[in-house]
Amino acid sequence: MSTPVVELEEAVAVLGSFPALAGASIRIDEGDIVLLRGPNGAGKTTLLRVCAGLVPIVRGTGHVLGLDLTVDRDSIRRHVGVLGHQNGLYLDLTVGENIRFWGATVGASGDETQAAMVRLGVGERLVDVPVRKLSAGQKRRTALACLVARRAQLWLLDEPHAGLDASARDELDHTLRQASASGATIVVASHELERAGSLATRTVDVIAGRVHEATP
Amino acid sequence: MNAWRIARLVAGKDLRIEWHSRVLTNQVLPFAGVTMVIFAFALDSDAVLQRVAPGLVWLATMFSLLVLVQRTFAVETDDGALDALRVAGVDPRAIFLGKATGLFVQLIVLEIVLLFAAVVLYGQTVPIGGVVLLVTTAISATCGLAAVGTLYGGLAAGFRGRETLLPLLTLPAVAPVLIGATRAVEAALGTAGAVVSDGWSWVGLLCVFAVAFGVGGSLAFGPLIDE
Repeated sequence: MSTPVVELEEAVAVLGSFPALAGASIRIDEGDIVLLRGPNGAGKTTLLRVCAGLVPIVRGTGHVLGLDLTVDRDSIRRHVGVLGHQNGLYLDLTVGENIRFWGATVGASGDETQAAMVRLGVGERLVDVPVRKLSAGQKRRTALACLVARRAQLWLLDEPHAGLDASARDELDHTLRQASASGATIVVASHELERAGSLATRTVDVIAGRVHEATP
Repeated sequence: MNAWRIARLVAGKDLRIEWHSRVLTNQVLPFAGVTMVIFAFALDSDAVLQRVAPGLVWLATMFSLLVLVQRTFAVETDDGALDALRVAGVDPRAIFLGKATGLFVQLIVLEIVLLFAAVVLYGQTVPIGGVVLLVTTAISATCGLAAVGTLYGGLAAGFRGRETLLPLLTLPAVAPVLIGATRAVEAALGTAGAVVSDGWSWVGLLCVFAVAFGVGGSLAFGPLIDE
């Protein structure tokens, strides 16, 4: 059995004094696209942030990409890509400059960043276009290309479809399926169950800080 | 990855953004130039202007510093790039050093233009004997300004009302630079009978200030932007 990309056992994480995760257990394998669903405040975003090494776990155990969440959170951050409502792009730089910058933060070569651009379909027509002039969907694709250039192995996406029109959503889903096929593991927190559900290979419910396998 | 390499990367990125957006050349330099002209109108006396020219140059630099710092952090927060850097585990000390270096380069360009403006508008002269002191003062004072600007810019970036918070935090903190740099430049230019040797002790103060804020800022920057 291969090493899971994410493995939490009875993980507890607190925000202030509130236990946002109250004994969450989940195992996610390489290449999975996992949909986290649940009401607002259930702990979906906290679960993503725990997996990204941004929120510590105070009880239980957790490993991401084989690294221990209690001691290696800084190392985990370098291998994980997080995308929320914002894209983390520099609007005055071109698409190519953004992707090269993010790639360079992990020492990616020119060939690697070029490959990331080609893979996400921003390598020709858009490469010299300032990000400020892109549509919302194109910005999302550029942000995902930055994750590829950064060699992120685990993609944590919080409401990735928010603010996108129908064609941009289709484009995003296509991109995520491609990334998954190339070995990236993707965890999506979303309220858009129909859209994200068709994308996911697995769905889990997050309810009151605990994780349950979804019943069909 | 090596922190110095990341710092170079961040500085290069900031300067590339400036190259594309031309905020320094199209907005900050004209703002600083207008400030110098307004000082000239307000004081309206060649003798007074020549006496206070060093202080006016540094005052204009400090006002422009606020605009540059607002700008350098606006590009980080417009689309959440600063958060993305932290989330990606990029060393905050490297981010601090990189942003401070980018700011340093822009400030040096600004100071050269302002000094030129002082020569043209206020009839200031630059004696050959004071050039080394002048250059050393500019470098040490600018290091301090860039470090303070980056530190407080990063702190204010996470707050609402950062446009008003930044001057409130920054201007009192850079007061020692204003005083030290003005005195050192007066010595370099021979203003009011000052001699070059008077200026080096002020340069020492500027160096201590720059090192203190450079080291302190690089250590404090991570916790500040995480908050």
